[in-house]
Amino acid sequence: MAEVIEKTEQRIVDEGLDKGADKLTGDQIARVIKAVLENETGARLKVYVDTCVHCGLCSDACHIYLSQNRNPKFSPAGKVKRTMGEILKKKGRVSPEFIRDAAEVAYTECNLCKRCVQYCPFGIDVAYILLIVRRICHKLGVTPLYIQDTAHSHSVTMNQMWIKEDEWIDTLQWQEEDAREEMPNLRIPLEKEGADVMYSVIAPEPKFQPNLIYYTAILMNTAGINWTMPATPGWDNSDMAMFTGDNEIMGRIKRAQFDAAARLKVKKIVMGECGHAFRSVYDVGNRWLGWKMPPIPIVHAIEFYYDLLKAGKIKIREKYKKSVTLHDPCNVVRGAGLHEKARYVINEICENFIEMHPNREHNYCCNAGGGVINCGPPFKNKRVKSNSVKAKQIRDTGAEILITPCHNCHSGMEDIISYYNVNMHTKFIIDILYEVMEKPGD
Amino acid sequence: MPGRKNWDWETGEKLVTDINGVKGSYNWIEEPYASPDGEKIASIVNLDVDKFGVCVNGGLWENTFDKIWHLRYSPDSRLTAIVSEMEEWSIAVDGNAWDNKFSYVWNTMFSDGGLNIAAAFQQDGEYGIVVNDVPWENLFKNMNCMCLSPYGPYSSAAVQVADFGEGEIFKFQEGAYTIALNGIPWDTRFVNVWNCAFSSDGAIVAAEVRLDLYTYTIAVNGVPWNNTFACVWQPVIHPMSGKVIAPVRVSGKWSIAEDGDIIWDSRFLQVWQQLISPDGNKLAAIVSPTYGKWTLAVDGAWWNTQFGDMLTDAVFSPDSSRLAAVGKTDGKFTIIVDDSPWDSKFDMAWKPVFSPDSRNVAAKVEKDGKYFIVINGKQIHKNCDDAWEPVFSPDSQKILVKTIEDGKYYRRIISLSEIK
Repeated sequence: MAEVIEKTEQRIVDEGLDKGADKLTGDQIARVIKAVLENETGARLKVYVDTCVHCGLCSDACHIYLSQNRNPKFSPAGKVKRTMGEILKKKGRVSPEFIRDAAEVAYTECNLCKRCVQYCPFGIDVAYILLIVRRICHKLGVTPLYIQDTAHSHSVTMNQMWIKEDEWIDTLQWQEEDAREEMPNLRIPLEKEGADVMYSVIAPEPKFQPNLIYYTAILMNTAGINWTMPATPGWDNSDMAMFTGDNEIMGRIKRAQFDAAARLKVKKIVMGECGHAFRSVYDVGNRWLGWKMPPIPIVHAIEFYYDLLKAGKIKIREKYKKSVTLHDPCNVVRGAGLHEKARYVINEICENFIEMHPNREHNYCCNAGGGVINCGPPFKNKRVKSNSVKAKQIRDTGAEILITPCHNCHSGMEDIISYYNVNMHTKFIIDILYEVMEKPGD
Repeated sequence: MPGRKNWDWETGEKLVTDINGVKGSYNWIEEPYASPDGEKIASIVNLDVDKFGVCVNGGLWENTFDKIWHLRYSPDSRLTAIVSEMEEWSIAVDGNAWDNKFSYVWNTMFSDGGLNIAAAFQQDGEYGIVVNDVPWENLFKNMNCMCLSPYGPYSSAAVQVADFGEGEIFKFQEGAYTIALNGIPWDTRFVNVWNCAFSSDGAIVAAEVRLDLYTYTIAVNGVPWNNTFACVWQPVIHPMSGKVIAPVRVSGKWSIAEDGDIIWDSRFLQVWQQLISPDGNKLAAIVSPTYGKWTLAVDGAWWNTQFGDMLTDAVFSPDSSRLAAVGKTDGKFTIIVDDSPWDSKFDMAWKPVFSPDSRNVAAKVEKDGKYFIVINGKQIHKNCDDAWEPVFSPDSQKILVKTIEDGKYYRRIISLSEIK
């Protein structure tokens, strides 16, 4: 069966991968691989590679493997074998065509979700190995076009959607004005030095979902939070450079965020419902810069809502009636253990919460994370077909609403719901919280 | 600060404004800003739907606007704001909008003495900088990293000078960005251009550039250094020699380069926010000698005291002999001076301020929601609802403390002899 699937697969055309690989020479490939392996890896990679006994226990952890008819090439170990395994075996003497295919594996067939790490008897972190492959591909200029364009946007604007500085501020002021229709004295305070909280979002919010900023403004004003948003670059916490392997740009955009927060003298950064951005500011980007932990505490929206509800700063007028289930985002659940707080929040605001199975840290990835959805339309069919297991998992809940407190999960799940005709709608927590919370004047 | 010697250094306590007294006059009052000399306090106030004003010492600006944001005092105590009328934006200075109006205005900038006021603007989808109400003649498709020279009216920004469409990644990588100086772009194009530095006379402009996706260096007046690096940070320009100094990353570690050559033997996990002493003889920077630890290094030699969370806001004393910064460990801030941290810990601390004679260091700090001023580690005056960064008198004998207490704004002159 697996062979049949392989034979019928169409080669995906992607200018970033194809044209990038066309420019390569064997010597260049060998030189870059040698430089990355010698200068940027060490015992960790060696231990992982030397330790794997090919037991296959990681396989069933991978949603792509399960959704691709258990084709071994899509197992975590299989993906390592097809990429880093060959690179090491051939001591970097691999062809441009190989690099092109390795890039497709690393960027579009692994979400770096780290579910498999939990099932490996030795704790081998396949995500780390595939990030090294991505780093090599970045250094060779072989990256999918859409995500590379996003990395370019980060490099110029410090946000992922080419949003110009005035457009950002104008959007906040527009949302503030709209929200004053509902709450006349509402403010989205810009550049307020000494506020307790700097609120940061990812660029799709001002670009496509400004209502989320509106809802948050209502929440902040209702709860009486002393907050601000920066009117300078550093407002976008997203980070596709982390996923292309462009660590230098990753560091630059993370520095922009922490510099903005430090300049504004805030005590913490509260971020919207995004998973990969949390990973970038809480784990990867900050550490590349030399901070063991974020220099200014990062609070994910789940935790922020939890704190507000626990403290009674937000009260619920009437719980949400429709049945809901929760998709645990990898980066804030396996990455930060926010799953119980998410459940507390959801039970506080919803009447009928139905668990999906598996859940919490064992939840299946949405197959959008890790930059996979950001590789764009060329890979969309492959992406949704590679997560039939997720479609079954959410359909089995019978819930009407799927809560996904992560932007990439949200978009990815919408694609899956549409492709597999699951009778369900996605929402962020803030969509529901805004709807059910008590507001001044209620 | 300009004109500091002409400020009132004699009146001990002055109740400038009872803010509570004006609260009922407006729908809301936004956060207040005190003038550098402490004589004025101002806030944006809402008068009606789409009608905003600025309240200074209890009195309103004569002009009102549809929208107002980013109220700030210039260093010479002029009050500026970004204002909108009939969907056009401008800068208002002491209540009067500039003649030039734009589709949007943001990022107000001041030269060191406050003589020059500038801002970024967008007009019909193109971008430039307006300085003292004079806009750039050339406009650009996009603009970032705006900069105003320390003394002169020179302005610069990273600008886009070539077209590329959505998803044209290879065209982007050919280079579409450069620096525009007073609206005139450099001839050289780069993949990326970031933060600038000006020499004090405005003759030298240096910026971080990326030559391709992997090669970073500093460009000086449009010419890249001969040496390239894995990464760089914003340069500074030596005020006497004109040499350009920037943190650079080589083989996974950071150091300092001058005109392209590495000048520190030390290597760190991070180096940034380098600063040159006023006499030009010392170079300091915030560094990370070991992973997760932060301190200051002077001429490559780092301090013993290290902070686990972060270090920021470094400043040399006027006589160049001393160095101070804000450090944070385990979530608590303090001030470190000459490798000795103060004993007291705070929830927040602002950039330390040296007295003109370099003997005393003061800082605004916050603890448990209350603000106060600390000199040499010792709190002066009481806890307040708000406070501004302190200013020493020109003779270093007194300090100006600006506070809000129980809804009243006070300006106080405290003699240092009283504190001791």
